[in-house]
Amino acid sequence: MSKKIGDVILDVQHISLRFGGVKALTDISFNVREHEVRAIIGPNGAGKSSMLNCINGVYTPTEGSIMFRGQTFSHMNSRQVAEMGIARTFQNLALFKGMSVIDNIMTGRNLRIKSNLFLQALRVGPAQAEEERHREFVEHIIDFLEIQAHRKTPVGQLPYGLQKRVDLGRALAMEPQVLLLDEPMAGMNLEEKQDMSRFILDVNDEFGTTIVLIEHDMGVVMDISDRVVVLDYGKKIGDGTPDEVRNNEEVIQAYLGTSH
Amino acid sequence: MAFFLETLFGGLMAGMLYSLVALGFVLIFKASGVFNFAQGAMVLVAALAMARFSEWFPMWFGFENMFLANLLAFAAATVFMFLLAWLIERLVLRHLVNQEGVTLLMATLGITYFIDGFGQTIFGSDIYKIDVGMPKEPIFVLDSIFEGGVLVNQEDVVAAVIAALLVAALSLFFQKTATGRALRAVADDHQAAQSIGIPLNRIWVIVWCVAGITALVAGIIWGSKLGVQFSLTTVALRALPVIILGGLTSVPGAIIGGLIIGVGEKLSEVYLGPLVGGGIEIWFAYMLALVFLLFRPQGLFGEKIIDRV
Repeated sequence: MSKKIGDVILDVQHISLRFGGVKALTDISFNVREHEVRAIIGPNGAGKSSMLNCINGVYTPTEGSIMFRGQTFSHMNSRQVAEMGIARTFQNLALFKGMSVIDNIMTGRNLRIKSNLFLQALRVGPAQAEEERHREFVEHIIDFLEIQAHRKTPVGQLPYGLQKRVDLGRALAMEPQVLLLDEPMAGMNLEEKQDMSRFILDVNDEFGTTIVLIEHDMGVVMDISDRVVVLDYGKKIGDGTPDEVRNNEEVIQAYLGTSH
Repeated sequence: MAFFLETLFGGLMAGMLYSLVALGFVLIFKASGVFNFAQGAMVLVAALAMARFSEWFPMWFGFENMFLANLLAFAAATVFMFLLAWLIERLVLRHLVNQEGVTLLMATLGITYFIDGFGQTIFGSDIYKIDVGMPKEPIFVLDSIFEGGVLVNQEDVVAAVIAALLVAALSLFFQKTATGRALRAVADDHQAAQSIGIPLNRIWVIVWCVAGITALVAGIIWGSKLGVQFSLTTVALRALPVIILGGLTSVPGAIIGGLIIGVGEKLSEVYLGPLVGGGIEIWFAYMLALVFLLFRPQGLFGEKIIDRV
């Protein structure tokens, strides 16, 4: 791969997360470098989504901190995270079902729309120009994700695979620096998985977006990731390139079980 | 024929007033997925604020001009409703983010009782009047076509125009602005809305402010017609069949639903009433709502809910 991987942009430091007596995460540390595709894998209940939710500000870690672009946080709220340039998609689709594809993706531009409410309502002057500029950007994303034919369809009526793309599109509309993908390929067939992999790699290539992704499917992960973190029962058991991880004894045990 | 038209007009105008209240429900439901039980209480408290402020201001500041008093009272009542919206978000809704719809519904039920009591504590619980100078005397139109003409209540016409303007402004706001889009987004999914940086708390305050304004307008119009009294809260009950008919999520639905119910009530009372001994007006709306619930639960303009199995 010819792309240039930069410095550490996101650094997770000694994160622990407990819900009452349940330890979801124990002392997890790893970092993400600029422009890389970083995967978090692990069996069911390993704490992958919890990890993502900590980065995204949905959960507050019990211990530890997260460094993003030189600033350290022990707690972030979702809005701050969005403002700093971290976008996410959801494992169980969380789209605005009653709204059209275009409107869904336009909501991703929300933080960037600056013009006055009344000018927007009347569609005059700078507000009109601004709306058009954002609309153009959104059309670009729609082309990119190859969902032109469904632009005006209410999202709730689209098949699952396409809804996943809209979810990705909405996140892309935020022009994020880091994109968190929570099982972008869950429940897809092989063909849909290949499409989605291609989109993820293209986003990474074309926009230089750093990608953190959670995935179940080992094959896909190994193909598209630069580095992989492996979690099991809330602990980190492996970290490295796909090849290193594949040959890691502990990882093999976690996935295949131990022989007794 | 002239009598029929008169009844029809009367029904349309009454319907417009139902629509105004129904609008408040629809706005909050559309924008936050909350069925706001407190809408009726908000209409009452808004009307109370308007009535008392317009009475108090001339007393406190020693002037006589009714127009000025009404203007100031309207401004003060608006501020009051905004404050109420802010408090509701701060003290109640903020703590219920990501909860089930039913939890939020129960919360608004609580808010209803609070507003009822609180409003009457500060503003008093007698019958007050609002006089914003709406023309009272009826006029006769179309007297070239029908003998004696058709009697139309001017007050109703003014109310209808105001309601129409309000609806136009709201539609623009919801469909054409980024804030409107954010409102619709929040209604669909709290968590996803937060993840793209939509500030849930601010959105909720905005929605409740808008619903507060609608309640104020409805309160002023109803109040100047019927007088401001506790029974105004029951106006909200009249609006329930309207939103079932029109669809919970549709602004035009609220309007058309209101008109259908207004007209239906009056016409059935006049033409069918004598056959069954009258009193149709009281239950007509609920009966119609029941029929709709059976055959078209999403209402005329509501979104059909399709669940994937």
